[in-house]
Amino acid sequence: MGIFEKLTFTKLKDGLAKTREGIVGKVARLLTTKTTIDDELLDQIEEILIAADVGVDTSLKIIDSIRQRVKEERYSNAEELNVLLRDEIQRQFANGSAGLQPNLLDLASKRPIVIMVVGVNGVGKTTTIGKMARQYVSDGKNVLIAAADTFRAAANEQLEIWAKRAGADMIWRPRGSDPAAVAFDALKSATARNADVVIIDTAGRLHTKVNLMEELKKIKRVLQKQNPDAPHEVLLVIDASTGQNGLQQAKKFCEAVGVTGLVLTKLDGTAKGGIVLAITKEMEIPVKFIGVGEEIDDLQPFDKQAFVEAIFAQ
Amino acid sequence: MFEDLSRKLEGVFKRLRGEGKISEANVGETLREIRRILLDADVNYKVAKQFVDDVKERAVGEHVLQSITPGQLIVKIIYDELVSLLGTSNVEITISPSPPTIVMVAGLQGSGKTTFCAKLASHLKSQGRHPLLAAADMHRPAAIEQLVALGEQLDVPVYWESDASAVAVAEQSIVHAKKNARDVVIVDTAGRLHVDEDMMKEVEAIKSSITPHEILFVVDAMTGQDAVNSAKAFHERLNFDGVVLTKLDGDARGGAAISLRASVGKPIKFIGVGEKLDALEKFHPERLASRILGKGDIVTLVEKAQERFDEEKAITLQAKIRKAQFTLEDFLQQLQEVKRMGPLSQVLGMLPGMSRLPQEATIDDNALVEIEAIIQSMTKEERQNARVINGSRRKRIAVGSGTTVQGVNRLLKQFDQMQKMMKTLRKGRKKDMLMGGLQMR
Repeated sequence: MGIFEKLTFTKLKDGLAKTREGIVGKVARLLTTKTTIDDELLDQIEEILIAADVGVDTSLKIIDSIRQRVKEERYSNAEELNVLLRDEIQRQFANGSAGLQPNLLDLASKRPIVIMVVGVNGVGKTTTIGKMARQYVSDGKNVLIAAADTFRAAANEQLEIWAKRAGADMIWRPRGSDPAAVAFDALKSATARNADVVIIDTAGRLHTKVNLMEELKKIKRVLQKQNPDAPHEVLLVIDASTGQNGLQQAKKFCEAVGVTGLVLTKLDGTAKGGIVLAITKEMEIPVKFIGVGEEIDDLQPFDKQAFVEAIFAQ
Repeated sequence: MFEDLSRKLEGVFKRLRGEGKISEANVGETLREIRRILLDADVNYKVAKQFVDDVKERAVGEHVLQSITPGQLIVKIIYDELVSLLGTSNVEITISPSPPTIVMVAGLQGSGKTTFCAKLASHLKSQGRHPLLAAADMHRPAAIEQLVALGEQLDVPVYWESDASAVAVAEQSIVHAKKNARDVVIVDTAGRLHVDEDMMKEVEAIKSSITPHEILFVVDAMTGQDAVNSAKAFHERLNFDGVVLTKLDGDARGGAAISLRASVGKPIKFIGVGEKLDALEKFHPERLASRILGKGDIVTLVEKAQERFDEEKAITLQAKIRKAQFTLEDFLQQLQEVKRMGPLSQVLGMLPGMSRLPQEATIDDNALVEIEAIIQSMTKEERQNARVINGSRRKRIAVGSGTTVQGVNRLLKQFDQMQKMMKTLRKGRKKDMLMGGLQMR
């Protein structure tokens, strides 16, 4: 049990409560006109998955294995199909590495823990960092934030406000400085002052920009010069409204800096964030957190069961 | 991913190649593949379904039945439909006759509103206008600082207040613009989720307090299925005038644009293609359609389809020529097609056989308009059979086309010579003659 598990699921549950029917209700409704699980029903389920941005490939795979199991295990009614669906979708996560659980940072063994946060523009990296810092601070940890987005106008100012809210310190340099230098300074300073966690904010960058991806690699390299294990965690932030391009993003960021976990943001809207299913499965990266609002406490550990429910909620 | 898809499509076409006519099964396969391509490009599943159904309906008509390569023709229809669905290019923003023109920018968090505002200011400034940026995002930390910094970079003034409501800032920015002779005010608003009732009320309130001349909705090109929901919700509240599609410098295929067009029907006015402040571009529907269908592969297929289509027409024409049935109608049709290819002098040079035509039978560019007018002033009977055109008919045609009887006579003489030429030529290289190089694009 780690610090993030102290949080409640109220927000997400509130969101779900709007339409409490979830999978059970929806599938049941689909089944009212049916007596058996037939192709038409499975097509409708496929549509729900696609509408949640799960993507055609992953949806088809899920439907195919359901079809297989319906045949082999002789499922027939709505209740059974619910179980099957849940199981199959959750399996997408389980089939990855063993770390596909709310993965908590082991603070005791290596200090300071270095967390690098990456992603394309506008996904909510800075906000996520503010929320994450807050959780560490309220758990009694000493947190240092590195403002390594030296590109965007007023990025320092934005992060500073979040650092103050969270009660964390921040290392920054003027706009246009080398982001790797900021990260290097931050780790050095954190080590000197015996901080527990260093969180590195990076500029949003499209994964197709070679130079910017090289810049990201450099940040990682300079961190490793000080601590070969750093960064201990590289979190890729994905906006829940992202479509199929999310997979490309994950691939390119993995290639560049080896992503260890996903953060799915903006789940408080109507977007379901289904693309993480494809990412977690294909890239074998666990989803670690979800963002459900703009308040500092709106970051929660990922819960696959709630996620699956949410896909089928309207 | 792209490679996979184009290979799949190629596979579908390979199977179709050589099949003379279309069958339900092979259209079905192509359409399924197209639906999938659209879904992979993030086109909303309902929109994709409707779209494919519409295309199917169209494809079942004679267009395809005439064709020698049905699959390719379907793709051409799809491409054309996509382009027409995406709307026209170069839709500018509304400039009010009495300044200042008020432009309001709204959208979800992180879609790129603030960057777009700066780009738009830069664009308008380069057109000789005097924009003012208004920082009405009172929610995001340091949003004001960001806009101020961008304004400094562009040397465009920014109106801001630190402790005021977004509505007050928006209102005051207009007052400020009037006082300081700024002719366009660009109001940046906070990013908000369409389900956030308080925030949606705020954006509505901003709209009603400043009555913008132009409201732009900013959408991230990487957006998936949910684009329809957010766009509809924003549209209900704001009835926005246009869409800005951002972050197209990545590799997202931008299918959200199709969903948006289909669901709210507003034109895409600008696209964002980079973080630099001059990286704002006009929207080109053809480019986005190719991109949604997957890089350049589809375009090539479309072009091939077009070639085949023209070839088919050419074959019909050649048959007519062989039988000496070449009419003025055919002549007009050919001229129109030739005209689409560029200057006549160049086009004719490319055609084998054409150099052998006598001097009188050649046509110069200026004469083309006149010839078209003359043929169009003829009755159907006259076009099919030029021999019926007597003196009084010539007079009527001349009056109808705004030319002279001499002009009509000249054309008829040239046509007569062309027909004679064709009779001689058909003994020679018929296949190469005339239509050999006559392919569009």
